[in-house]
Amino acid sequence: MSKTYYDPADLRKFGKITEWSEELGNKFFEYYGKVFEEGALTSREKSLIALAVAHTEQCPYCIDAYTKDGLQRGVTKEEMMEAIHVGAAIKSGATLVHGVQMMNKVNKLDG
Amino acid sequence: MGKLKTQSLQKRHSDLANTNKQLEILSNGIFANGELPTFKNKISETSQFPLKAKALEILQINVGYMCNQVCEHCHVDAGPDRKEIMTKETMQQILDVLKTTGAHTLDLTGGAPEMNPNFRWFVEEASKIGVKDFIVRSNLTIIRANKKYYDLPEFFKKHNIHVVSSMPHWTRGKTDKQRGEGVFDMSIKALQELNAVGYGMPESDLKLDLVYNPSGAFLPGDQMAMEKDFKKALLEDFGIQFHNLFAITNLPISRFLDYLIASENYEDYMYSLVEAYNPAAVENVMCTNTLSVSWDGYLFDCDFNQMLELPVNSKAKHISEYNAELLEGRNIVISQHCYGCTAGAGSSCQGIVA
Repeated sequence: MSKTYYDPADLRKFGKITEWSEELGNKFFEYYGKVFEEGALTSREKSLIALAVAHTEQCPYCIDAYTKDGLQRGVTKEEMMEAIHVGAAIKSGATLVHGVQMMNKVNKLDG
Repeated sequence: MGKLKTQSLQKRHSDLANTNKQLEILSNGIFANGELPTFKNKISETSQFPLKAKALEILQINVGYMCNQVCEHCHVDAGPDRKEIMTKETMQQILDVLKTTGAHTLDLTGGAPEMNPNFRWFVEEASKIGVKDFIVRSNLTIIRANKKYYDLPEFFKKHNIHVVSSMPHWTRGKTDKQRGEGVFDMSIKALQELNAVGYGMPESDLKLDLVYNPSGAFLPGDQMAMEKDFKKALLEDFGIQFHNLFAITNLPISRFLDYLIASENYEDYMYSLVEAYNPAAVENVMCTNTLSVSWDGYLFDCDFNQMLELPVNSKAKHISEYNAELLEGRNIVISQHCYGCTAGAGSSCQGIVA
């Protein structure tokens, strides 16, 4: 077995988390399933949101899962990449907007 | 049309051109070491083994493996180099059987069925007998491939043929990747011509359905949602209309099996199929009401078994020996490829089944 933290085959075992805490695990999967059902948003839109969040969370399992899910729903690679850019823009925006805090501090200390 | 996507396994002299090799792969590895249950064990869990044939409803005829396209995932291993073509004599035997069966659907497939030199004769004779639903599975590009095929939309209309055509995606890139360069543009043109004679229009009796099968190692999404997306895109971009979309799962045989192995997706794909196993889909799986006839007249439970050379488990093995009593109730021949028809909402030549 390779000495890495992540094994792609572990994604298939996700359901096994219920074995060590059945009630909470089942409640989580029930909630998870419900979230991705067709609602005010289509399942396709939800899949793209999940893909963007998978990248901002940098979760390799989620990236594998929602890339495949997108392909299954007919999502194109251009749509996937745009969704990731939305996530990236929010991540970088979230970093940069703290620049105002830095500016406030500079102005207070050295204005 | 541009260059062909690939070559048939036969032409490449691939090991997988040998169906025993394919069956060996499907039985070994993860299914032999117990990692995944065999299809037989899986359906036994819900007491659905053995699968039994019901009364015949759909007679599916493969009139030959010759095709003008060489799609990456073709389960028939069809292509221009394939010379297996149904003779007029075999067609006559099928017509004789058709007169006696209660089958409501006649379904012609290939290859490109239109390339059989006796295709039009067969259609004319079969339509005289009259079946409720007379399907021709057309790859669309054949309609634009040569002048001699240009009148196919009118010919189909004359015989009230139900046209079922493959369309892997509403975008050029994904379609051409699977089916060959230029296939998308030619298919669009052919669909517009079918629309022009009345096929696929909302109130029209001239049925035009599309078949979607995934372009890679993943399962099809929800058929209704996909149909909505296809309809919106094809109408907005090209003014094309059609009736229904059938979402079909790629079965792990022939060129798709070759692709799965070469791209190191085989095990993951089989896991996906087994995880998506749906016992409700087993109830309506198409092999229980279908007979598939090969180009040389032999009988199979489905087109996939035909390609794996797994004949029907019956004393009547050839169309010339057709006997409804012998065939009804026969045990369906299964292997691990059958998981393809029982995943999710199920899959058949008519789309989902559950």
